[in-house]
Amino acid sequence: MTPAIWMFLAFVAATLGITIWAAKRNTGASAYFAAGRSITGWQNGLAVAGDYMSAASFLGISGMIALYGFDGFMYSVGWLVAYLTVLLIVAEPLRNAGKYTMADLLAYRLTPRPVRAMASLSTITVSTFYMVAQMIGAGALVKLLLSNIPWISTNAAIIGVGVLMVVYVVFGGMLATTWVQIIKAILLMTGTIFLSVLVMKQFDFNFERFFSAISQLTYVDPKTKLEVTRNFLEPGLKFGDAATAGYGKWDLVSLGIALLFGTAGLPHILVRFYTVPDAKTARVSVVWAMIIIGTFYILTTFLGFGAATLIKPDHITTDNMAAPQLAETLGGPLFFAFISAVAFATILAVVAGLTISASASFAHDFYSNVLHHGKETDPNSEVRVARITAFIVGAVSIVLAIKLQTVNVAFLVGLAFAVAASANLPVIVLSIFWKRFSTTGAVAGLAVGLLASILLILVSPSIMGIDAPDVVAAKRHLIQMKPLFPLNNPGILSIPIGFLAAIIGSLLRPEPEAEAKFEELQVRSQTGLGAEKAVAH
Amino acid sequence: MNESTSTVWSRIGQSPRYKELIRSKRAFIFPASLFFIAYYFALPVLVGWWPELMKKPVFGPVNIAYLFALSQFFMAWFIAFLYVRKAGEWDKQAKQVIENEEFVSKH
Repeated sequence: MTPAIWMFLAFVAATLGITIWAAKRNTGASAYFAAGRSITGWQNGLAVAGDYMSAASFLGISGMIALYGFDGFMYSVGWLVAYLTVLLIVAEPLRNAGKYTMADLLAYRLTPRPVRAMASLSTITVSTFYMVAQMIGAGALVKLLLSNIPWISTNAAIIGVGVLMVVYVVFGGMLATTWVQIIKAILLMTGTIFLSVLVMKQFDFNFERFFSAISQLTYVDPKTKLEVTRNFLEPGLKFGDAATAGYGKWDLVSLGIALLFGTAGLPHILVRFYTVPDAKTARVSVVWAMIIIGTFYILTTFLGFGAATLIKPDHITTDNMAAPQLAETLGGPLFFAFISAVAFATILAVVAGLTISASASFAHDFYSNVLHHGKETDPNSEVRVARITAFIVGAVSIVLAIKLQTVNVAFLVGLAFAVAASANLPVIVLSIFWKRFSTTGAVAGLAVGLLASILLILVSPSIMGIDAPDVVAAKRHLIQMKPLFPLNNPGILSIPIGFLAAIIGSLLRPEPEAEAKFEELQVRSQTGLGAEKAVAH
Repeated sequence: MNESTSTVWSRIGQSPRYKELIRSKRAFIFPASLFFIAYYFALPVLVGWWPELMKKPVFGPVNIAYLFALSQFFMAWFIAFLYVRKAGEWDKQAKQVIENEEFVSKH
């Protein structure tokens, strides 16, 4: 048994212990879906951080900075600043007006059934794309980690992650999910700080030497096979005109829009604000999350540039493995095992958060309010349906992740952010701020935003492209033709389309009843009067 | 509550204290949002269209691009700090609105 397996097993044992503890406390829907609204501010801050910093953040950004320098750091910036949208615009009104899901806010003054049905579809779509990406990441990680153990394959790893997340969510509900995320956030921060210190130790803690090394990096360019010296602090290696035929700067802006507005539309982040007693605690938890997440993203400087200078871009095996490779080079096999276990914990915690938000949305929005017109008498049936949904979501994700295991992980996460920003954010913002927003507007905004972002990605260079015959199967484009849309990220077009559809729909079919309830929603969301209370244990 | 709930909501909605709360919130949230969105998009725009400017070294090898990117973190923390400080006042105002309503509905 390698140390990596021991550490991974220790994490699994600890989290299963939490699940058993949480299962005993799960009585009723509020306990299952919202942890009884009893999570404190700093706990929820850590949990939001644990829910948010996914494989894309830890493995993806480190690898991107290691290979493309400054351009990779642009992700770090966008993913933190996005929290201002959450803090200033979304978190408190959502907590005050809702109960378990994003759709609660929308359904407050609109006709519930069509709005909830569309919002549920959009929630499940975003969560599934995000989840499949995480599970593919887990599979790839385990395959590299445990390549010496023949009986553990990529498929076995994907199935393992799927089964574990279903266990957490089905038995432990939101309470177990929250604590898995808190432990993961602490582990991830500890690992990242240690790794950063080890990087700086190589430069005798001299920042000038560190940045000098980044600015004169000599390595063999993998494409031309020639030795080059580049300044990795300079922008342009990924999004520059030379690398992208002039579209890079537009892609950079488009990515920026999707990152900035996507976070506030991610269902698994939004539901976290229902787990705290009131809007004030929701606010405090966003601030805690911003401190933790911001510190982490600043430290990606050391992870990414550390890997670039100490391993060199031409020696990094795959772009998602830069951080574990750096840990192995600097800290030996034991530290490598720790960082790999941290990466695995990272994936598990995010996947659990996604599963509970998707199953809560199906049970609360679709089953209770669409199928049963909100008149279900037995509150436990909602929990039962959510548990069954978690099973189904787990099974579907396992199958999809096994089928799609060659698809690029960052592409799927980008799709999730773009869909969230195009479909969910416009309707959330308009329902808080615009009196004339109507049911037709909400359904149109959700549907058109969802379709526009997915279609634009299907015709983007991520999916469409003509490959040379010698390109290996795993790296070939799915559709062999010239891309119809030049940008990889659809945000710059699909987010305005989502807003436009929501506005035009509202203007075409106004709804006097919804306008009449605007004042009620405003008073409630701005003062907290009538908001869902915490339940005592 | 004996009276219909919609009258209660609209009575609060029309009360001067509530209107002052909303005015105060908007006076902070709109300009602050415009500022952070503009500050944030300045980064990709400057990096994309004026790369030569952004490549200029400032402290030793550290260039404008990296410093400006790093400043975004402190900008975000600073706005969050200002928001939380303001929100403390709003909490008090909201409490007054609710207490005032409880007083009115009892008498």
